[in-house]
Amino acid sequence: MSLLAVTDLTVTFGRGRGRSTLAVDGLSFSLDEGETVGIVGESGCGKSVTALAILGLLPRRRVTVDGSVVFDGRELLGASEAELRRVRGREIAMVFQDPMTSLNPVLTIGRQITEVLERHFGTNKTDARTEAVRLLQQVGIPDAARRVQEYPHQLSGGMRQRAMIAIALACQPKLLIADEPTTALDVTIQAQILELLRELVVESNTALVLITHDLGVVAGLCETVFVLYAGRLVEAAPRHDLFARARHPYTAGLLASVPRLDLPKGEPLHPIKGSPRDTIPWAEGCAFAPRCPREVPPCRTGPPPLGPAGDEWWHQVRCVNPVPVVSPTPSSTEPPS
Amino acid sequence: MTAPAPLLDVRGLQVHFPITEGVVIERRVGAVRAVDGVDLSVAKGETLGLVGESGCGKTTVGRAVLRLIPTTAGTVEFDGEDITSLGGERMRRLRRRMQMIFQDPYASLDPRQSVGAILAEPFRTHGLATKGTSMEARVRELLDVVGLPANAASRYPHEFSGGQRQRVGIARALALNPDLIIADEPVSALDVSIQAQIVNLLEDLQERFGLTYVVIAHDLAVVRHISDRVAVMYLGRIAEVAPAQDLYDHPLHPYTVALLSAIPIPDPEVEEARERIILAGDLPSPADPPSGCRFHTRCPFRQPTRCHDEVPELRELRPGHTVACHWAEKLEGLRP
Repeated sequence: MSLLAVTDLTVTFGRGRGRSTLAVDGLSFSLDEGETVGIVGESGCGKSVTALAILGLLPRRRVTVDGSVVFDGRELLGASEAELRRVRGREIAMVFQDPMTSLNPVLTIGRQITEVLERHFGTNKTDARTEAVRLLQQVGIPDAARRVQEYPHQLSGGMRQRAMIAIALACQPKLLIADEPTTALDVTIQAQILELLRELVVESNTALVLITHDLGVVAGLCETVFVLYAGRLVEAAPRHDLFARARHPYTAGLLASVPRLDLPKGEPLHPIKGSPRDTIPWAEGCAFAPRCPREVPPCRTGPPPLGPAGDEWWHQVRCVNPVPVVSPTPSSTEPPS
Repeated sequence: MTAPAPLLDVRGLQVHFPITEGVVIERRVGAVRAVDGVDLSVAKGETLGLVGESGCGKTTVGRAVLRLIPTTAGTVEFDGEDITSLGGERMRRLRRRMQMIFQDPYASLDPRQSVGAILAEPFRTHGLATKGTSMEARVRELLDVVGLPANAASRYPHEFSGGQRQRVGIARALALNPDLIIADEPVSALDVSIQAQIVNLLEDLQERFGLTYVVIAHDLAVVRHISDRVAVMYLGRIAEVAPAQDLYDHPLHPYTVALLSAIPIPDPEVEEARERIILAGDLPSPADPPSGCRFHTRCPFRQPTRCHDEVPELRELRPGHTVACHWAEKLEGLRP
């Protein structure tokens, strides 16, 4: 049984007067204990909304969440607020993009860690404080005994993000959801935080869902990658397959549009035409069709199904005219377990 | 390549922002040395990339070059003329020839002006506006050059996506046929699939109009793609300047090496095989920069005393490739 199974997740934002926006449209995926998956997509593709929906953090007014989110055998959608509180922070923790706005500015870093421990484990103040210092040391904050008394504004961006990871790890959650954890940081600090996440996932066997727009970030960290476009999964594959043989024109387009440092200079960039705003509703056809270089008439006749790419059942793609495999040398010949 | 006279020549540029205390009587208690001795030169038709992390002073250099903020010391020469102390009308005239593209296309366009009015404003400001159809024709031409439809002129910024707004920003910069364009993070606010469109557009325009660019960015992959030469800044100073490809093939400064190794590459095979240099700690404060080499507090190759005591000067170690590190030659052999 998988640790987290999301089935047919649909999130609709009502905009009044009967109008509504489908932010996430029938999304299904699952992950096992200790697994790391990446959810990749551009702004507006529904990746952050998915994370919030899993944790039941979306507002109830005007937002409809359908489908099923089963975590460790329990259904989270429709669970009571009391039940969700037991899960949030303790079993599923979240790290947000901007550590300045998601930490409480009027509480010390230490208090924000001890709060979690006291709430979930009933730890007494002294023990919680010792544990807070240990956690800050674990995430690589120097001089943790002093830092524990400081407020968020006294820390640098990288330090704040480390502190947020320390808060997330306080209860040794089974699942960590990180929403763009390094986007607000400089590259050298990003490398530090990614290295930290990599170590933590290996050492503590925590499952990780990493949400990002940066394909480079998932390439080094996530075993499985899900690519989202306009609220739907368009491609899902183990990372080696995805990066070596992207089958969906959108994934292939993303890879071709970023300059790569390891390739010689002077390679022309191949942008995707249009912008993420140019979509058609999935009910009428493929939402990516207006921007797609491989569009064929069937693309606009109905929603394309998600299915295996060729014989590889572990490589799923939602496209009627997928990109042909250029290099027939698969990097991993065995299907993943 | 014979070296023609540079279009832009910056010598010993310093920009310090005062730190003051007291409400009624302001006392100066220190200075943020945002830019502290920067030399740069850009030849006509060339693209210089200026990279570094937040707080390294790259944006301040760009603004000081355009005289948008006052300089503390040093000279900026544009086309052979020292503009550091140029005032009034002469500076205004010169500004036509140097333009800027800003990072955030959401914040840098006036939401209450139509795109047509935004593009006509540079002409009005410089007294070049003409009445009626010839102005409209020029606006249409500008829109066409950046790949926007002619009907965009009557629409407002909020009606456009981020990529299209950045095109409007570029059209505005092009309006007065400038020689030099300083682009401050021109693509970092855009979606990944849009970034390449803007990068390609900038390259096309350069070829078409013979523009000279200074591209300020933190994304080294984008900078290498677009630049002829790249300057790496650290804490207000230049750490290394080199032809773009040479910088990536033979980085000489330990900071450049670390910066390059920190950039994720979208290929798992490459990612697994790479040797990563993780720098410890954060950028020190530019209000109290470290002594000697400013990078010595984080440098994995730091040597005793000299790095701490002596400020390294930029030295040319390869053709056109200068580096400010005492031990650059020795380190080259140490790296894979």
